[in-house]
Amino acid sequence: MKVSVFITCLSDAIYPRVGEAMARILARQGVRLEFPKVQTCCGQPAYNSGYWDDARKTARTILSAFQDSDFVVSPSGSCTYMIHHYEELFKDEPELQRQARELQAKTYEFTQFLVQVLGVTDLGAHFPHKVTYHPSCHGSRLLGIKEEPMQLLRGVEGLQLVPLPFADDCCGFGGTFAVKMADISGAMVTEKADHIKETEAEVLVGLDMACLMNIAGNLRRRGEPVRVMHLAELLEEGVKVG
Amino acid sequence: MSVRTEQKGTNAPASTTAESLDRAAGRQITDFLAGDDIAAGTGTGVAEHGRSGEKVRKASAHPRPSAQPDTVRERAGLALNDEFLRKAVKFTTERLRNGKLEASESHGNWDIWREQGRQIRLHTIAHLDYYLNLFADNARLNGVHVHFAATAEEAVSLSLAIAESVGARTVVKSKSMVTEELHLNHALESIDVEAIETDLGEYIIQLAGETPSHIIIPAIHKNRYQIAELLSADAGETLSPDTTILAGYVRRKLREKFLEADIGMTGCNFAIAETGSMVLFENEGNARMVTTVPKTQITLMGMERIIPSWEDLEVMATLLPRSATGQRLTVYMSGISGPRRESDADGPEEMHIIILDNGRSNQLGDPEFQELLNCIRCGACLNACPVYRHIGGHAYGGTYSGPIGAVLTPALKSNVAEWDDIASASSLCGACYEACPVKIPLHDMLVSLRRRKVEAGRGNPLETIGMKGFSTVAGNAKLMGVALKMGRIGQRLIARKGVISTRIGPLKGWNTYRVTPTLAEQPFRERWATLEEELSAGLREMNPAMKRRMEEKARESREAAQRKGDGGH
Repeated sequence: MKVSVFITCLSDAIYPRVGEAMARILARQGVRLEFPKVQTCCGQPAYNSGYWDDARKTARTILSAFQDSDFVVSPSGSCTYMIHHYEELFKDEPELQRQARELQAKTYEFTQFLVQVLGVTDLGAHFPHKVTYHPSCHGSRLLGIKEEPMQLLRGVEGLQLVPLPFADDCCGFGGTFAVKMADISGAMVTEKADHIKETEAEVLVGLDMACLMNIAGNLRRRGEPVRVMHLAELLEEGVKVG
Repeated sequence: MSVRTEQKGTNAPASTTAESLDRAAGRQITDFLAGDDIAAGTGTGVAEHGRSGEKVRKASAHPRPSAQPDTVRERAGLALNDEFLRKAVKFTTERLRNGKLEASESHGNWDIWREQGRQIRLHTIAHLDYYLNLFADNARLNGVHVHFAATAEEAVSLSLAIAESVGARTVVKSKSMVTEELHLNHALESIDVEAIETDLGEYIIQLAGETPSHIIIPAIHKNRYQIAELLSADAGETLSPDTTILAGYVRRKLREKFLEADIGMTGCNFAIAETGSMVLFENEGNARMVTTVPKTQITLMGMERIIPSWEDLEVMATLLPRSATGQRLTVYMSGISGPRRESDADGPEEMHIIILDNGRSNQLGDPEFQELLNCIRCGACLNACPVYRHIGGHAYGGTYSGPIGAVLTPALKSNVAEWDDIASASSLCGACYEACPVKIPLHDMLVSLRRRKVEAGRGNPLETIGMKGFSTVAGNAKLMGVALKMGRIGQRLIARKGVISTRIGPLKGWNTYRVTPTLAEQPFRERWATLEEELSAGLREMNPAMKRRMEEKARESREAAQRKGDGGH
């Protein structure tokens, strides 16, 4: 079984530690990951802004990177969901469209892969901290990832999970939206961070580094000490410590 | 009454209309601060603020300036600096969406009904010509004058001609978004006909000289004290911000108006093709007064309001109130099938229905936008939207606000050049789609709008260059590797303690609210070789059960892709 990592440009360039944590966790389950280097970005920034020709250019790198893979695993629900748009994006190129359908069927977000494919929910991690969870919109609403992270968090010994008020509200990232509509996006992320503060959690955990970068940036700007982690990082740290 | 059906909700007062109005209105201010009628009527178009009548505007305490800034960013800026507005909008949208959540969960089979509602709407819109004709034929048989208006101007001319033909001096209106789309109050006043809104929220908005900022809660952006101020100015005496007193004042005032009005004007929630009937949903009883007291009734409806049968109404009567206000049933549901007959105790002697296109038919046959016509105007997408929550409705700059407005307003204008930047004011979070009782994929439509604007060569020039650069670099892994290296060198100038916090240049907007993380010293792609070596050395044997599970999943995924391919071609 060939399992490939779709790292996403954000985790590649800014948060390689997330990819590393994911690789270590999977290796412990006996999954040998491979990393096709031709991959770049899923094309979502261009796709969402309406520049579909530009989106196709970068999406091609993803299609060619994973042609021979049996599974593709990614630390982002949003980038995983972007692949679901490829079938439409390549509707005028039948061969690429066929590849797009195959890629969509075999691509999983990290927690989906652990729970749905490997059937693992308890990694033997220990993380004695107060944690709150932000469900990212594309992962939870559009891919339906709701139970998987909860099952994994429940499997962590010592972890105290506190509910986040208005958890389902978008953090305000939205890609170029955060730049184009900076003040609206700013109001949204400020409210999200306020709700996180309310929980008095030490750690905010999530499944998408774009949203977490947005929220962490606001918390840090305001001097809030909340630690922001991808679930893969939390689990890996919990296994190492525990 | 002629063929009028009536259904009262669980909390409907079993008393006279006037008392019901009083109670419903009192409850309404308490619950929602402003109006909470379920929208009657439909449509689209460009709204301009401050278009209500002169007489009313003079009485207004704080008329809103009629000129709004041109861009959504500037309009949003005004809203974001209005603490009263933000507090009021958050308060009420939270109540509504919690109510909706509770009402849909307690229903038990919400998703099945939602799908059924979607299917009814899809079917009707796919055969809209047939059902519109059937509706018009049946309504005419019932004695209704049916008119078709291709444009807003035509609908306005038709309405004014009817008003003139009956020598009208006063029109009482129940809530109708279509008449907002037409700026009909303004047009009526231009021929010296007084138009009075009788929905409590609309009445308040009319006094303020504003337009509704929410499809079903027109005055959602106002709090009780602001409302008391407006009503005091109207009354010529100080009214305390007590909901019973305020509602009582409006009730007395409106009762006189109902009695003296020559025309009752309504929107339409659903038009039933099989009997040529129109159905109104409301909570205050004012729409029933509007459709029973005056001698002439004019109903304005968007051409997509049709559903085939009364049986279909059962589904809609379940979806609409639960989605709109969290009510299991609306307080008043009136089905009206024509003017007063001899055996009826009341009702209009003359009844007109004006069916409006005004850009709606642009969506017919357009695979990306036809589902827009499925909308039942419940406002659930507004209440769920995190952007609407912060900026309210006026910032959208159109008659319809929130996610549905952001799509509808540009989509109904066929000239892409006229589209403004509304479609950009969304983070594409999908909350609107999740909330929609007929599952309209608004988040996808927003992307389609953006794409069409780019394809028409109307994209922002800077963004167009930026995206070219992005796709050139990200279209090639080697170039991306080089760009990352250059970025790491460049960031040394501005990075401090692992973050960039300067608010200069392109980072201004982002860094006003956040700090930016720096690029990692070694990206994943450079780290991989070492990591892979280390992991391979210590790789564990996978347990056989897991291995079988993986093989099974891989087979399933191959088959799923195959099936999809076969189905698609």
